[in-house]
Amino acid sequence: MSSETGPGSGFGERRGEFGPGEMPEKYRQPEATEEYQSLGQRLVEGIVNDKLALFGAVVVVLFVLTAAFAPFIAPHGQEERFGFMKEPGENSVGDFDGDGQTETVFHPLGTDSFGHDILSRLIFGARVSLLVALATLAISLTIGTGIGILAGYYGGVVDSLLMRYVDFQWAFPELILGVGIIAISGGLGVTNVVIAIGIAYIDDFARLIRGEILSIREEEYITAARAIGMGDARIMVREMLPNAVAPIIVQATLMIPLAILAEAGLSFLGLGVKPTTPTWGLLLSQGRDFISQAWWISVMPGLAIMVVVLAFNMFGDGLRDAFDISEGEVDER
Amino acid sequence: MRRYIAKRVAHALFIMWLVATTVFFGLRAIPGGPVRTMLGQEATPEARQALREQLGLNQPWYVQYADWMVDLVTLDFGQSITTSETVSAAVGAAAPRTFSIAIVAVVVGLSVAIPAGVLSATRKREPVDYVATVGAFLGLSMPAFFVGILLALIFGVWFNVLPVFGYTPISEGFVPWLESIILPGIAVGLPYGAVVMRMMRSSLLEVLDEQYMKTALAKGVHPRVRLFKHAIQNALIPVVTVAGIQLALVLVGSVTVEIVFGIQGLGRLLVDSMLDRNYPVTQIVILLVAAVLVFTNLAVDLAYTAIDPRIRYGGDEA
Repeated sequence: MSSETGPGSGFGERRGEFGPGEMPEKYRQPEATEEYQSLGQRLVEGIVNDKLALFGAVVVVLFVLTAAFAPFIAPHGQEERFGFMKEPGENSVGDFDGDGQTETVFHPLGTDSFGHDILSRLIFGARVSLLVALATLAISLTIGTGIGILAGYYGGVVDSLLMRYVDFQWAFPELILGVGIIAISGGLGVTNVVIAIGIAYIDDFARLIRGEILSIREEEYITAARAIGMGDARIMVREMLPNAVAPIIVQATLMIPLAILAEAGLSFLGLGVKPTTPTWGLLLSQGRDFISQAWWISVMPGLAIMVVVLAFNMFGDGLRDAFDISEGEVDER
Repeated sequence: MRRYIAKRVAHALFIMWLVATTVFFGLRAIPGGPVRTMLGQEATPEARQALREQLGLNQPWYVQYADWMVDLVTLDFGQSITTSETVSAAVGAAAPRTFSIAIVAVVVGLSVAIPAGVLSATRKREPVDYVATVGAFLGLSMPAFFVGILLALIFGVWFNVLPVFGYTPISEGFVPWLESIILPGIAVGLPYGAVVMRMMRSSLLEVLDEQYMKTALAKGVHPRVRLFKHAIQNALIPVVTVAGIQLALVLVGSVTVEIVFGIQGLGRLLVDSMLDRNYPVTQIVILLVAAVLVFTNLAVDLAYTAIDPRIRYGGDEA
């Protein structure tokens, strides 16, 4: 460590006063050893110390919980109807459960043009958003990682084919690709949306993993693995993949908001899920016609999209920093 | 240099060919075939036969494929199924509207993003930086159509200063055109600007850390020259890439935002033609969007050589 050979370590007038390795009190520095931290600890610390990332992480957890327990959290069913176009914070007064008595029902975010409680619709919509995001992630992650590893490991024809495909897919923004795939598969619905968006993000993963594998391929432990006679498949899965996992995690976290936005965009165009499924994009789009009478119908789902996407972006950025700093530390010392 | 350009152009044409081929086979992969989907189950055999002939589907596939390529090269795209116009007329009417939005969006986005990125990099950890960074995060998180709805609500409904519905062609005057297009343009431009701003910031921060910036400081180069000539010019190179790649964001944004503002552009056309199963129109809209992306990417690639002399005679991609 460089701190042990600081200024005044044995030269000058007071030469001989200090033994080897000793130095005057004022030059002495605390020993600079890093306590070993596991990857998990470093990540947790990185996120907790980064306010934006912490905010993101909290919102992401809340979002996932909301989606998972939607029927228990939502104050009303997604199809229950109350007073039409109630403003946020207004009450509906009337007999809604058919027991002959009038009830007062509070709507924190108002009701839409059909009298649905917007907060409840948003909570159920969170399910679809999360489901679509995770399912698309599963598609693009598996296929993209597979392509990326093969291309990076074998190079040559596989690699140039992949790069041509990546170029080609670039000409199709996810929305346009989605429209095309929905045209071919001939119908609206969650499955088609998932397939469309999932395919659209394959190239991102493929390119990222390919780059990682290209650098990992030159590492000595790969040579070692080859020397002890490991097969190609085993090297790829057991040696390379675990070492490329950090960028995959970061990319996955940053892809979820993109998938949420893409689903919202397709639904907004009316080409996504079936019109009866409450998704945020669809709710936003349905409120468009009433923007001058009831702004909250489309603004509330828009804000929901914004907050969740923002949270995922901040969390993903924080994760990336947490991973990067751990690598940067090596350079600095 | 000439070889480099030729190579890039050939590559772009190759991608366009691939896109056109995919669209060709994609249309034929629709379950039940385009004729049944377009006419429905109840159509008479005569009507089906007529449509098949009109679309050229009674020919063997390689003849159809050759016809498709010839049609594309000669820009003869046939008839729209649901209206009496030709596909070219329908697309030709819609495209300028969408592209107007896209152009305004790029101008708005870049003129916000570049100065904001520079400010935020040169005043790192100062209030300006925080405001710009949070703003960029917000911009990244809002889909263009939501920004559009907010703008329509604020400027159209609450303050009532700008039109929020329809499009005025530029032939009826520049100001009415701009009024009809400025809100959609801003709506698309803000998310785009957010991406570019983040790139500008991180790229400039990286350059400011370079050794040659210290050298320039030591030589006593004027701060302004140092910033503009030494730092920004070098920092712009990755920004140009991102600004080019993200044009896809602008086009997709324009396609959704024009629906918010009731502008009959490519997005409306795409959605309507999809829902009406008017596939001759759908395929040309998809092709047009792809073509715009491929060729703007080509233009960006070539613009590189102007910004970065190191690439000029390289001939090879970095």
